[in-house]
Amino acid sequence: MYFAWLRERLGSSSERVAMPLDVSDVAGVVTWLRTRGPAFAAAFVPENRIRCAVNQEFARPDQPVHANDEVAFFPPLTGG
Amino acid sequence: MATVRVQAEAFEVSAEMAALTAGRVDVGGIGCFVGTVRGADIAALELEHFPGMTERAMAAIAAEAEARWSLLGCTLIHRVGRLVPGEGIVLVLAASAHRQAALDATGYLIDWLKTSAPFWKKEFRADGSHSWVAARDADDAAAARW
Repeated sequence: MYFAWLRERLGSSSERVAMPLDVSDVAGVVTWLRTRGPAFAAAFVPENRIRCAVNQEFARPDQPVHANDEVAFFPPLTGG
Repeated sequence: MATVRVQAEAFEVSAEMAALTAGRVDVGGIGCFVGTVRGADIAALELEHFPGMTERAMAAIAAEAEARWSLLGCTLIHRVGRLVPGEGIVLVLAASAHRQAALDATGYLIDWLKTSAPFWKKEFRADGSHSWVAARDADDAAAARW
């Protein structure tokens, strides 16, 4: 799932994907996403400070990711 | 008991205050924070959230405040959708037996709401241009002081 400007830039709010077997954590998902085209490569750079949630809990790069997990990526939060 | 809501409609502060204290005589004070849409140069704000996760994150923040300050109740309401300057965007109420706990919990709740609940603001200017609001490091610092 993608939110805010990330959703707009990728042209997608959610998708179901089959990831390579060697992807086991959030950092691995990001590395793989970056290979999916220029929009992904440009969006997932450190200076954009993209945050992640796995199954609706905030997740760090070393958080494990399993089959059927819901993984969300989004920009820093700006509510309130 | 916390009341947590994400809604498009405007909130009514006095009605929420009445609901928070209905039937109780142990409340000595209610802390209240109302965030409003600011900006002479913007035409509107659009608020996006993460349905499900946002409510869970707000409930977790409320539970933390209730435990830490022994609150008798609190209310967190955050609006989503399109809002214009002057409108209320977020409401925090914290009821306690004593004022200091109510005031401190209110500050904690709004600081953490800004940094830990998934909402994103998009600004629309009068000329029709728009942009996503950037996160402020000062907000992280405000939350960290608790």
